[in-house]
Amino acid sequence: MKKLLNTLFVTMPDTYLSLDGENIVVKQEEAVLARYPLHNLEAVCTFGYAGVSPGLMGACASRNIALTFMTSSGRFLARVIGESRGNVVLRKEQYRISDDERRSALVARNMIVGKLYNNKWILERATRDYALRMDVERIKKVTFSLTESMKLLREVEDLEVLRGIEGAAAVQYNSVFDDLILQQKEHFYFHGRNKRPPLDNVNALLSFAYTLLANDMRSALEAVGLDAYVGFLHRDRPGRASLALDVMEELRGVMADRFVLSLINKKIINEKGFYRKENGAVIMDDETRKKVLKAWQERKQEKIVHPYLNEKVPWGLVPYAQALLLARFIRGDLDEYPPFLWK
Amino acid sequence: MQDYKEDDYLLLSGIQHFNFCRRQWALIHIEQQWEENVKTIEGTYLHRKADQPMIREKRGDKLVVRAMPVHSRELGITGICDVVEFVRDPDGVPLAGEEGLFLPYPVEYKRGKPKRDDSDHSQLVTQAICLEEMLLCEVSKGYLYYEEIKHRVEVIITRADRERVKASWEEMRQYFKNRHTPKAKAGPHCQSCSLNLVCLPEILNKRSVSSYIESRLNE
Repeated sequence: MKKLLNTLFVTMPDTYLSLDGENIVVKQEEAVLARYPLHNLEAVCTFGYAGVSPGLMGACASRNIALTFMTSSGRFLARVIGESRGNVVLRKEQYRISDDERRSALVARNMIVGKLYNNKWILERATRDYALRMDVERIKKVTFSLTESMKLLREVEDLEVLRGIEGAAAVQYNSVFDDLILQQKEHFYFHGRNKRPPLDNVNALLSFAYTLLANDMRSALEAVGLDAYVGFLHRDRPGRASLALDVMEELRGVMADRFVLSLINKKIINEKGFYRKENGAVIMDDETRKKVLKAWQERKQEKIVHPYLNEKVPWGLVPYAQALLLARFIRGDLDEYPPFLWK
Repeated sequence: MQDYKEDDYLLLSGIQHFNFCRRQWALIHIEQQWEENVKTIEGTYLHRKADQPMIREKRGDKLVVRAMPVHSRELGITGICDVVEFVRDPDGVPLAGEEGLFLPYPVEYKRGKPKRDDSDHSQLVTQAICLEEMLLCEVSKGYLYYEEIKHRVEVIITRADRERVKASWEEMRQYFKNRHTPKAKAGPHCQSCSLNLVCLPEILNKRSVSSYIESRLNE
C-alpha cells in the first residue's frame, strides 16, 4: 500500500497560497507564514476563501495532490483537477455497471453490507466496553435486526429493495445512537439526523466529519481513475459525487460517527465552541473547527490491519484502499467488491 | 499481412514490461496507469543522453543516430531506438542524404547489469524487426549497453528470436483488442515492480471475496 502523506488545512481566512520551486508558500498580506515541501502532501484543503495561485494549482494537479476549497463553515466550494488521468477503459466499465440496475445492485449491496456490519460492531463494542452505562437489551435488539438485514442483503438484486433495507437499518441504528454519547449529554444529544442546516451540536459535528470523509473519498476514487460522480446506489444528480457517497456508506460509522463520539466522550471539544444562528443552524467557531481538524489528522495516522488485504494501513488510507479494490473489481480481478468489514 | 491503424499501434518499449509480467504490461498499456518509482526515474535520467535526436555523430565508417523513431506496419508497433549505429558495408543499403552503403545496428541503453532473463533482449529484437522493415535490409545483431558495468554486450539476432518476439506481440495484440488485463502469478519479482501499488498482486492469490464476506457474516 502507498504511504499516507499529510493534508494541509488552511483555516485562516485572507491567506494566499503560492508555489515557490517545489514548495507551497502560505502568505498573509506580504508576510510569509509557512512553507511546506509539496512531496510531503497528498491534499490541500482551504477554508474561508483563501487564494491560490494558478502555478500552485497546476503543480498540485500534476502531482495528484487534491486541492479543495471550502467555505468558512465547511461547505464544499470547488476543487482543482488537472488533465484527466488515463484509464478510460475502467471508467467506461464503471458507467456500464451504473447503467445496469441489477449490476449496480450487486455492487451496492456489498457496500451496504459493510455499513450494517460496521454499525453493528460499533454498537456491540459499546455494550461490551460500557455494559454498566448502557441499556444493553435495547441495543442488542438493534444489532440482532442488523444481522438479519445483512442476511437479506446478500440475496438482493434490486436497488429499490436495497434502499428499503438500508433505510430501515438506518432508523434502527439512529434510534440508539444517542446511547453512545456518554459525556456532556446536556449539550450533545442525538434525536435524529438533520443536515440542511444541522440544528444541534451533534449534527453539526456529523455533517463536518462527513464532509471531510467525502472529500477524502472523492480524491481516492479520482486517484485510482474512477469517476466519483457516477454511482451505483446513489443515482446521478448534478454536483453530487454519487460514487463517493456509495463507498462512503460503509465508512460513515467507523470513520466519522466513531470520530465524532470520541470528540464528545473524550471532551476534546465542548459546547462553548458552538453557536446558533438566527435560522436555527448550528455553527462551530474557528477554534473548535481547528481542534476537530487536528483530531481528524491524528486519527488518520492510526494504523489498523485491513480486513481483506490483511495489511497494516493507516485509517487515512482506508478510502484509498477501498477505491483501489473497487477499481480491481470493475476490471474483473475480483469476484465481488470486498467491503471494509471492521470489527 | 495485417494493416493496423496507427492509432492502434502498440508501444515498442512495452515488450520488456510484457516479458517482466503480462499484467504489468496491461496495467501500463491498456489501463494507462503509471506509478513513477525510483527505477523509472533513474531510467529516464539514463536515457537523457541518448535522447538527443538532433545529434548525428560521424566516426570514420560509423554514423551514430540517437533517439530514432521506428515502426513496424506488420506488427503494428511504434517506438524509439535509443541509438542506431549505421556501419559502412558493401552488403548494406543506401541512406537518404549519405554517400555509400550502410547496415544498421540498434543499441539499447539499460540501467543495471545484464539480466538472466531475456526481457532486454526482446526489445532489441523488436527494434531490429522495425529497422529491417523500414530499410529493407537484414539486421543480424544489436548491442545492449549496461550502465552499471559501463559496457556493451553484443546480441546476435536469430530467426528463432524473431519468431518468439513476434509471438509475444501477437499475444499483446489480443489482450489489447479485448482491453483485457490478464491475471498473473505473484512472486518475488512483484517487490521490484513499479505498479505494485496499483496491481495489488496479493489479491490475485487471495480467497474469493464471497468467502471473505460469508465468513465475516457468520462469525
